[in-house]
Amino acid sequence: MSEVQNFKVTIDNITIEVPAGTSILNAARMIGGEVTPPAMCYYSKLKESGGKCRTCLVEVSKGSEKDPRPMPKLVASCRTNVMDGMEVKNITSEKVVDARKGIVEMLLINHPLDCPVCDQAGECHLQDLSYEHGTEGTRYDFERRTFEKEDIGPYISLHMTRCILCYRCVFTADELTNKREHGVLERGDHSSISTLLNKSLDNEFIGNIIDVCPVGALTDKTFRFKNRVWFTKPVDVHRDCPTCSGKARAWMRGDEVYRVTARKDQWGEVEEWICNDCRFHKKETTDWVIEGPSKIDRRSVISQGHYVDTKTTQILINNVIGKEPRLLMDIHDVSDVNKPEVELSRIPGPAHSDDFKTTRD
Amino acid sequence: MQKLTNRSVQVDRSPMTMGEKMYLPAIAKGLGITLSHIFKKKATVNYPEEKRPFSPVFRGLHILNRDEEGREKCTACGLCALACPAEAITMEAAERKPGEEHLYREEKYAAKYEINMLRCIFCGYCEEACPKDAVYLTETLMPASYQRKEFIYKKEDLLIPHPKKTETK
Repeated sequence: MSEVQNFKVTIDNITIEVPAGTSILNAARMIGGEVTPPAMCYYSKLKESGGKCRTCLVEVSKGSEKDPRPMPKLVASCRTNVMDGMEVKNITSEKVVDARKGIVEMLLINHPLDCPVCDQAGECHLQDLSYEHGTEGTRYDFERRTFEKEDIGPYISLHMTRCILCYRCVFTADELTNKREHGVLERGDHSSISTLLNKSLDNEFIGNIIDVCPVGALTDKTFRFKNRVWFTKPVDVHRDCPTCSGKARAWMRGDEVYRVTARKDQWGEVEEWICNDCRFHKKETTDWVIEGPSKIDRRSVISQGHYVDTKTTQILINNVIGKEPRLLMDIHDVSDVNKPEVELSRIPGPAHSDDFKTTRD
Repeated sequence: MQKLTNRSVQVDRSPMTMGEKMYLPAIAKGLGITLSHIFKKKATVNYPEEKRPFSPVFRGLHILNRDEEGREKCTACGLCALACPAEAITMEAAERKPGEEHLYREEKYAAKYEINMLRCIFCGYCEEACPKDAVYLTETLMPASYQRKEFIYKKEDLLIPHPKKTETK
């Protein structure tokens, strides 16, 4: 009796049946692939999220079976529920493609574009979005907005200039903590993520706002500037954690754990929240049980240089000359990079000039 | 059989004539060719005094650029290392401390930057990838050396001289 009614919805000429009350975005995610509109602010694990960034705008060319009139304007697919017989156009609609281009331009108006410095580069949703939907140049001639730098604790660094005000971190704090300590202050151009009184965020689960942030506004201070995301190898790991599920993703280089994040699904959303202890303090390989390399989309820059199912060829020269060939130069004797004395993954914050002093002498 | 080019000539195996048997006309003909080359344009140049012009797309030794105030442009973004097909470039980044603003242009900089010239194939992809105009391939040829370790170019070897310091000297 209490069975939920199923609605038939057609997105980009692909028809799917979804339960009533599903949003267009979630229906499109069920189909998957290119049909899915991008989302910068919507997060399926966070209540109330969505409706802020407007990147998921779609055209509804037929409202429903009963009322086949099209919707007059483009609608935010994360906030609009499907109706029976609804027809939605995403990438097949010129209006949507054009609108999305405009939205990307709007999001980038105040974005500093400091990707070479930003630690999020390589896994940044705004980067992906602007590559896919944006234009090459900017038409904005004015000074970009700047903020006074705010310190929000020893583990998280806040770069307000990069923020797109998606409110995800606010909702995460609402959901995971009893008392939210940060929020959005001021209005309009001046609105900023802040704790108001330079408080440090120290809830047990507050580290998850790093994973939730679609841009580089909130980044891990323990990983700051230590390596680029695509030079580290993501590995699925778990540990016996008293506070959280302990299922995490370690970003390794050699046998050093540079960064720990939550595991993310194909939409870039966290699968299970992890605690601060796992995220910031467990930087040794012995802390973790390694399950195996994480599955990364092969189009992602993170998967560069990571090969799977490789076969090592037998080295024949040893058999021919009857001994190990003598190396004429071991690169580690000459190179200053990756010195054993300087263990970047063990330095609590970003490396500074004096951290390298030991090798310079 | 089908000929590949039109230049092939059938070998003439007919017996030599009286004139050919005497050899002297053939020697004179050969010397004539040698003499005629004296008046032709030389194929070589007197190298150290005279240098051949480089092609405009020549790619030689790398440099790391500084801006007008002598601050290092490189922010260790890793794009050159990512683009490098030979995996010759490695680096380690660090954060700029207060008081180091005159040394580095941005808050992040390359504390270590190395190019392994034994691996480098001078393709110029690093120059193309650089978003900060920091790495350039010059018209300088890479010098030869007797030891392999001399081919690991560190940041100090690659950085161009400080523009202000050289002016005052």
